[in-house]
Amino acid sequence: MAGILDGKKIVIMGVANKKSIAWGCAQALMDQGAEIILTYQNERMKRSLDKMLADVDVKMFECDVAEDANVEKTFNEIHNAVGNIDGLIHAIAFADKDTLEGGVKNVKKDGFNLAQDISAYSFISVSRYASAIMNRGGSITTLTYIGAVRAIPNYNMMGVAKAALEAEVRYLAAELGKESDIRVNAISAGAIKTLAVTGIKHHGDLLKMSEGFTVNGKSVTPMDVGKSAAFLMSDLASGVTGDIIYVDNGVHLIV
Amino acid sequence: MTKDEVFNRVADMISDQFEVDRSKITGDLNFKSDLDADSIDFVEFVLNLESEFGATIDDEDAEKLNTVNEAVDYIVSHS
Repeated sequence: MAGILDGKKIVIMGVANKKSIAWGCAQALMDQGAEIILTYQNERMKRSLDKMLADVDVKMFECDVAEDANVEKTFNEIHNAVGNIDGLIHAIAFADKDTLEGGVKNVKKDGFNLAQDISAYSFISVSRYASAIMNRGGSITTLTYIGAVRAIPNYNMMGVAKAALEAEVRYLAAELGKESDIRVNAISAGAIKTLAVTGIKHHGDLLKMSEGFTVNGKSVTPMDVGKSAAFLMSDLASGVTGDIIYVDNGVHLIV
Repeated sequence: MTKDEVFNRVADMISDQFEVDRSKITGDLNFKSDLDADSIDFVEFVLNLESEFGATIDDEDAEKLNTVNEAVDYIVSHS
């Protein structure tokens, strides 16, 4: 069957395990014929990937986005291994526990900088180096959450970082569209039980509240998010850029 | 579910996740000291436990689960 991503090479950053939203993206993209390339933070995270992907032939590269030099090196390595790419999915964020749990008023400079660095600045950095090896007409997508535009209980500093990330989407869309006809968007995903969400205090309550606000009583799955990511990566989404697309079973209608 | 049934399913999960011989998994097995579980391993184990048994385990409760038996008892008493 012909897929909407046949022949496209797409880099996915941020798969931690089978529950990762990024893994839902990887599966949906492969279903549509894409060749995917994964990046992982360090040897520890690679261990989980090796196990998951024992039977699948997927190229993997180490990339700790905390340093620009790593990002530049990784995209050079990817270019050497597969040539130009057609798309990028950025599914990376981090804040330390004290910064997340203490409320925004109590955020200290170090914690603020770290959260912004890994969760928001990294998108600029990877977009810069990825766009340098990306074909015209390519597509870049990141993952955000409604806590960027609403004060979601306990989402705290991560909401501040996601707000910066969403602003970056608009400016990068303007710049990269002009320079290289590359589209830049974000998917605002509904709350999903992943390794990342466990960093949020009382995440069980957050997940329950979120499910209660869906129109059909069901939280979205990583695969739901992945299918929209596949659309955004594909030429079917030509004309869609600088946008935040909600894939949350309608939570944003009420929250 | 009986305690034995839960234990068998939990032991299967651990054997798969931590790649240890199924026959070596006992109730006394400690996640940190015997399985060398780091914080990521442990959170993944708890997430797997929740989806396997349709349970919700609060962080405060999860932190108290040190051994296989403690995990099994938690599931038995909360399902």
